[in-house]
Amino acid sequence: MSRTEATTQFETVIGLEVHVELSTETKMFCACRVTFGEPPNTHVCPVCLGLPGALPVPNRRAVEFAVRAALALHCEIAPVTKFDRKNYHYPDLPKGYQISQYDRPLGTGGYLDVPLPEGGVRRVRIRRLHLEEDAGKSLHDPRLGTLVDLNRAGVPLIEIVSEPDLRSPEEARAYLQELRNVMLYAGVSDVKMEEGSLRCDANISIRPAGSREFGALVEIKNMNSFRSVKQALEYEAERQRALVLSGERVERETRHWNERAGRTTPSRSKEEAHDYRYFPDPDLVPLRIDAEWVESIRRSLPELPAQRRARYEGLGLSAYDAAVLVDERPLADFFDACLALGADAKQAANWLMVELQGLLNEKGRELSATRLTPEGLVALLRLIEEGTITGRIAKEIFPEMVESGADPRSLVEARGLSQIADREELLRVVREVLAQHPAAVEDYRKGKTNALGFLVGQVMKATRGRANPGLANELVRRVLEE
Amino acid sequence: MPISEDEVRRIARLARLGLEPAEFSALTAELNGILERVERLRAIDVEGVEPLAHVGGLHTVWREDVPRPGLAREAALAGAPDAHEGYFRVPRVVAHEEEEEA
Ligand SMILES: [Zn+2]
Repeated sequence: MSRTEATTQFETVIGLEVHVELSTETKMFCACRVTFGEPPNTHVCPVCLGLPGALPVPNRRAVEFAVRAALALHCEIAPVTKFDRKNYHYPDLPKGYQISQYDRPLGTGGYLDVPLPEGGVRRVRIRRLHLEEDAGKSLHDPRLGTLVDLNRAGVPLIEIVSEPDLRSPEEARAYLQELRNVMLYAGVSDVKMEEGSLRCDANISIRPAGSREFGALVEIKNMNSFRSVKQALEYEAERQRALVLSGERVERETRHWNERAGRTTPSRSKEEAHDYRYFPDPDLVPLRIDAEWVESIRRSLPELPAQRRARYEGLGLSAYDAAVLVDERPLADFFDACLALGADAKQAANWLMVELQGLLNEKGRELSATRLTPEGLVALLRLIEEGTITGRIAKEIFPEMVESGADPRSLVEARGLSQIADREELLRVVREVLAQHPAAVEDYRKGKTNALGFLVGQVMKATRGRANPGLANELVRRVLEE
Repeated sequence: MPISEDEVRRIARLARLGLEPAEFSALTAELNGILERVERLRAIDVEGVEPLAHVGGLHTVWREDVPRPGLAREAALAGAPDAHEGYFRVPRVVAHEEEEEA
């Protein structure tokens, strides 16, 4: 067996721990406002600073959001839950412990159906979902020392722990994408990885294919984007494979993804890892989660990504197109608004995904930064459908609609862009064009049929794209045959 | 002995307690005294009794999600040994290579 054959005999086993910042107005245990990008230490109070004597009081809305997220992931909701202290020392953790949940998490036993890039779905079991508070932020400067901003300290987080059900770095990326979508659609977080409102750690091991045992588990931290999750896991799977193939042992440890170097390195605080000495937080009383309240939250859950994709596919969109729209929620909402105005699903999807996305990519812009409205796009589609303008003219005026929000009908009228569908009028143009291109006419009559395309093109040009293409084609052919 | 002096040393390190070497044997004995009493409690049959995380019977105390002003920054930083441009400043902590390079 060659070395490359041997490498294919390993299976990668991945589980993810994802932290999602809840988009509440205030922090988890105090009334400080949740902010991003504010000057350091301007949203702090005795509770989130960990000053002696300050007492935490849970934010009801944060609990509601956590229940909502847990229900969206099909978890069981604990009827009674409590908070525990997770003890460790770091300058951005002023109390010396993080308030978290240890043995009675809010949610357990859920799952997420992850659409896989190569088609099909992988059901990933969710082991637990619990509530906790975020730490602050530290900046390390060689000259100044470590600088600490506690604006983020105490912001509500949920931690979502999956079972080791993922089988490749690509699947891990797909899981994250779908989890992000679910959180976004459930309305519990804005899930911006670049702003840290979604963070991810991974457990990864390899084992001989077909084996039921797990290899030594390595925990990877510090992956800051979907791309880095995939890269870090690919690197790590390969590192473990190489170790095993050369007869060495994979060490059970925590490793740190170094984005610039493109590799994982062992974490330093190794001997202290996982020794958090959890105990119930005596400052907080247990929470009883009322079953009726849970049911009312369940009823208020909106359409989730999987349901939305299924609905779009039911309208005739391809699985790929449905996924692209759903992955980009503002686009999907815009699409739904177009449908509500009576637009044809395929046409609307096509314009959004091809023309609009093209413009947005070109300018590096978001849909929300444009003036395009669903009414505008639907009016444009109607102009094409009723034959008032050609597709080419529509594409011509579309960037202006995106830029200024102009009504397509007024644009068409003001500029005389409506389609020439009048036979007599178009016939005049065709005769003129043919008179101007005797060589092409000659070619066609000698049997070079591709001269026809050239002549129709000239007619379109002479009418600045306003000629009805079918009619132009028919008339050019007729005049040529005369 | 339910707990060894080495374990006590380790817990003290995790808790960042600056103890004198001489204190460890006394502390180990004290802790073992406490653990012995806990051990006695373990003998009680608690079959069918729900674990209790909090005494007093209070539950579900929470607040609405309404912001209230906290401390002014000057006040927040006032108790800190050191500050720099609105940040708390502490001796440099290096957890990872990458941060070292930054
Ligand atoms: Zn606060």
